[in-house]
Amino acid sequence: MQLYLKYLSILFRSQMQYRTSFWLLTFGQFFIPFSVFAGLYFMFSRFGELQGWSFFETALCFGVIHMAFSLSECFVRGFDVFSSLVVSGEFDRLLVRPRSTIVQVLGSKFEFTRFGRLVQSAVVLGWALWNLPIAWTPLKVLTLMMMVAGGILIFAGIFILNATLCFWTVQGLEVGNLLTDGGREMAQYPLNIYHKRVTLFFTFIIPFGCVSYLPLLFLLDRTQGHGLLYALLPLAAILFLLPCLAVWQFGVRHYRSTGS
Amino acid sequence: MKMYLSVGKLRFVTGLQYRTAAFAGILTQLFFGFVFIMVYVAFYNRSGAQLPMTLQEVVTYIWLQQMFLGLIALYFRDPDIFQLITGGNIAYELCRPCGLYGFWFAKLLATRVSGVVLRCFPLLVAVLLLPNPYGISLPPSITAFLLFLLSLLLGLLIVCAISLLIYISIFWTMSPTGSTLMVATAGEFLAGMILPIPLMPVWMQKLANSLPFRWTVDFPFRVYTGHIAAAEALEGLMIQLFWLALLTGLGLLLINRALRRVVVQGG
Repeated sequence: MQLYLKYLSILFRSQMQYRTSFWLLTFGQFFIPFSVFAGLYFMFSRFGELQGWSFFETALCFGVIHMAFSLSECFVRGFDVFSSLVVSGEFDRLLVRPRSTIVQVLGSKFEFTRFGRLVQSAVVLGWALWNLPIAWTPLKVLTLMMMVAGGILIFAGIFILNATLCFWTVQGLEVGNLLTDGGREMAQYPLNIYHKRVTLFFTFIIPFGCVSYLPLLFLLDRTQGHGLLYALLPLAAILFLLPCLAVWQFGVRHYRSTGS
Repeated sequence: MKMYLSVGKLRFVTGLQYRTAAFAGILTQLFFGFVFIMVYVAFYNRSGAQLPMTLQEVVTYIWLQQMFLGLIALYFRDPDIFQLITGGNIAYELCRPCGLYGFWFAKLLATRVSGVVLRCFPLLVAVLLLPNPYGISLPPSITAFLLFLLSLLLGLLIVCAISLLIYISIFWTMSPTGSTLMVATAGEFLAGMILPIPLMPVWMQKLANSLPFRWTVDFPFRVYTGHIAAAEALEGLMIQLFWLALLTGLGLLLINRALRRVVVQGG
């Protein structure tokens, strides 16, 4: 843990060397999801509602997922650009060090510029919460925080799976982005608007539903039956992350250096 | 002219080498197309209001957008040119016996076309076979289709002209990241990449109409669906020509200015 913080402070200082570029990028990062959110806003002003979901309810969903995504992009970026480590043979160096590979890859990169994106999603989240008549209880606050945390774990799991693929394919694959970017696009809307099979896939295989749609029902008091179950569902993200880590360990054991 | 053609041809052949990337691209675009369409289907399901576009038109619009993404998306950039300017290799480019603007234009054009040629046909077959309401529909008439091809071509040229303007701006800013990112994001929104222009509020439509971006995406695709009728489309083609002339003229002017006072970055 201490090692990880050390990595972070080094990376932060190195990124701050290019100050103007840093701020411009952060600012730009603010705007990318902003245009998507503007699209969402205009759609609601045109259509009024989305299968019984109001604008602010959807915005809450959007805020949670985008916040989880931007945080995971900050922290797990090392796995996202992992293919470059394998291609250049740099990964050999990590292997000979007496620390876990996961911590080292995590610490190899940290995008501070993603804070722009984070701020934007926080604004959306705050705005949505402000406008929704939610009767807050301690459990609900906890659930909301677990939704974001669970989202981070799921995105992290997918990033790690993608990185593991590099052990065999060397080059990174575009297809991986399908699950991260695509998953983000899907999960920013309440999942029940989609086709039944799609909903099932994103609830039981990749549990985006467990961190956005289902606990959202609990926050809005729309659950049928036991509320507590819905409230604790974000924990399912851990069930997703564990096999991903196992696959990573398996991949590391089968790693063959490119030798360059 | 022959020189520019061969530059374009070389780039085109290079682009065709990345077949696995193209395959992955097809998958990604199919997936994203599906997500967007499912969202629209959900929106249209419950809506009784009079809408400016039918669901069928929106679905076709989205598939066309996914098919020709490489042609019309503003954010596709050529990192080579950035590095040429900021890294100082621009000096070599200046030694070439041809105009820099035309050279870069040919390069950008060929990169875009080669990226799309591999992708759009398999994707077209796939989306033609999809069941209702997810499949693409055919254009209402041959005229609409021909007008669409023409407007898509002009749109492509306009996109290249706009991206060249972005490149040229680097001569002054020297940092390719922030400013270009913002122009590209705003431009894509105003082009109708996030949602079709007719679905935007009126004030936004007015803004979009007064800028060149919508002529690259929104216009050709709506000509295809017949949402813009033939007579109106002809008028639109004239406006496209006008923007093209204006943007290339501006680009030529600026690049000559930039080159007169260019500083070759050392190293």
